[in-house]
Amino acid sequence: MTKRILAVLANSVLALSMATGAAVLAAPAQGADEFVPAVVFDQGGKFDKSFNEAAYNGAERFKKETGIAYREFEITNESQREQAMRNMARRGASVIAAVGFSQTAAVDKVSREFPNTKFCLIDDKLELPNVQSVTFKEHEGSYLVGMLAAMASKTGKVGFVGGMDIPLIRNFLTGYEQGVKHVKADGEVITNMTGTTPAAWNDPTRGAELAKSQFGRGADIVFAAAGATGLGVLQAAVDSGKLGIGVDSNQNWVHPGHILTSMVKRVDVTVYDCMKTAKDGSWKAGHRVVGLKEEGVGYALDENNRKLVTPDMEKAVEEAKQQIIAGQLQVKPYQP
Amino acid sequence: MARGMAGKGFGMPGEVPGWVNYALLPLLNLLAAFVLSGLVILVIGENPLDVLALMVTEAVGYPEAIGYTLYYTTSYIFTGLAVAVAFHCGLFNIGGEGQAYMGGLGAGLVGLAMTGWPWPVVAVAAVLVSALFGAAWAWIPGWLQARRGSHIVITTIMFNFIAASIMTYLLVDVLIKPGQQSPETREFDPGTWLPSMDRALGWIGIEVAPSPLNLSFAWALACCALFYLFLWRTRWGYEIRTVGQNERAAVYAGISPSRNIVLAMLISGALAGFVGVNEILGVQHRLLLNFTGGVGFVGIAVALMGRNHPLGIILAALLFGMLAQGGGQVSFEYPTVNRELVMVIQGLVILFAGALENLFKPQVEALFRRPPKKNEGTRNEGRA
Repeated sequence: MTKRILAVLANSVLALSMATGAAVLAAPAQGADEFVPAVVFDQGGKFDKSFNEAAYNGAERFKKETGIAYREFEITNESQREQAMRNMARRGASVIAAVGFSQTAAVDKVSREFPNTKFCLIDDKLELPNVQSVTFKEHEGSYLVGMLAAMASKTGKVGFVGGMDIPLIRNFLTGYEQGVKHVKADGEVITNMTGTTPAAWNDPTRGAELAKSQFGRGADIVFAAAGATGLGVLQAAVDSGKLGIGVDSNQNWVHPGHILTSMVKRVDVTVYDCMKTAKDGSWKAGHRVVGLKEEGVGYALDENNRKLVTPDMEKAVEEAKQQIIAGQLQVKPYQP
Repeated sequence: MARGMAGKGFGMPGEVPGWVNYALLPLLNLLAAFVLSGLVILVIGENPLDVLALMVTEAVGYPEAIGYTLYYTTSYIFTGLAVAVAFHCGLFNIGGEGQAYMGGLGAGLVGLAMTGWPWPVVAVAAVLVSALFGAAWAWIPGWLQARRGSHIVITTIMFNFIAASIMTYLLVDVLIKPGQQSPETREFDPGTWLPSMDRALGWIGIEVAPSPLNLSFAWALACCALFYLFLWRTRWGYEIRTVGQNERAAVYAGISPSRNIVLAMLISGALAGFVGVNEILGVQHRLLLNFTGGVGFVGIAVALMGRNHPLGIILAALLFGMLAQGGGQVSFEYPTVNRELVMVIQGLVILFAGALENLFKPQVEALFRRPPKKNEGTRNEGRA
């Protein structure tokens, strides 16, 4: 009996040490000439049906078109950011897409340590020789959905549910408010933020409660800029017979016929372009600000919400869009 | 120290050798957690032994990994001690998270204000101010419990949210570096940073790989020693433990429960506040949102598993440090083992170490108890 136990123990120790050896050996075996893209997602996780999922879709599109697999990592705490970035670079990633402004400090530090690795930072500005950074004019896209909301509203009151109260979300809000006022000078925007911890991005129950209270105060359209919390907001809109507005990804399909439109932020295109250009050699460092003109933001119109947007509404929004692109109409961003 | 470990009134008194309670049972619980985790990993189609081996390698297999593991351990020691000191007074402090957050605010303000000062001065100031902020944050729930009978579990957990709201307000509207998206302050002057371990050991000629591990690890160990001396070697510690074991008896002995409840909470908050020194002055070098990342809650598991004794807390903090570091790294190699699964493993460890603490206890104790017909009721310490 004792012998058998000992044998089992010896076997498992052997297996352990072999596995350890294999893991250590496997790490540098990834050839340096091989093209390995990588994505580091933010704390929302890659399936938030919104911001991070847009980045995931971009990476998946690249994988499907080229057949090249990518490495990925989802951040769970603040100190992992730098470590994750460095691990990707050390294990031979050719280009790393860092999703979210919270990654800025980590990209800043690690990109200096690995000058031959390319980095793409989304949602913040960083100017280094091997970093490409992209920010979006969320206020321009929000302006258009704000106009649509004001035109579709019967009460003249519209709602806004944000995730955490941070500058980025205030940028959505300020554009939205300007869009509403553009259509109805006396229009009212009822605003709520979900919370003060990262849990605010993932609290659909709370989102639904906030949306219902806004409906109770007279709003009949609600714009959710709150990650997965927004799913609860949209559900509440359906349950109460009102309309919701989605964010980041095109969310019109979530509840067809009940979602007026979605304020899309083309993070997927950015991630895809980042990987694609790095692969074919046309990748460039530097900062880009993308708005309506560059089609980095916009509003979604498809068969799911076609009946909700009348030709008059579409015409007015398209007009405003052209004016913004031409610079005749100024949308003010949020200034921290 | 041995007296503290096996002495009566600490843990279960009785006829079972001390090492069964303090070493064998935690190990059995840990083993059970790992076996169950292994089954989960098997179900999703990976080899549990490979995953475990990788986890261990990534936690202690090379110098940088050890640095990261010990860095996580540092914060867990602080919050583990914070929860333990409250436990000894019969209080369940769930507010470690908020107290650590406020401690970080204290450390951050010191870092911002003391530009140009040498780091030892800044470090001492940051330790004092973070302790002050953490203690102040724990004082209110402590006072409410002692004088008004408001339940400490409710008030401390509510204070976590108030702390989060205050920090969000301060970082979004007041302390944010102008012109940036991210709600963070400017970086502190490099001269004020708490030296990382690789820098500090470099001064005495020892080369180690760079990692976030910094001098606050030494402070954490010192806190463990001070914790022991305070609780088991001073009058105040004795009073706190007496209140924790029996409030009425304490009153009979002329000890004021309300005074000791407030005192225990002040110490608890100060210990949790030191997380801010590790994270803000030692690693991030700027004040940012959510740097605590749940350390206050892990501290509860650490204190439970460590049986509220400093030695146990160090070991338990080390285990959770290994899980945090090794577990995080596993998802690099195994995309199927995502972060949710790592949380499942950590959750199982907490479940077995904390909630199911007594699962194997009757059987194991029966195994080590002497047959009842001989020497019934006597202690058999000779066996250990």
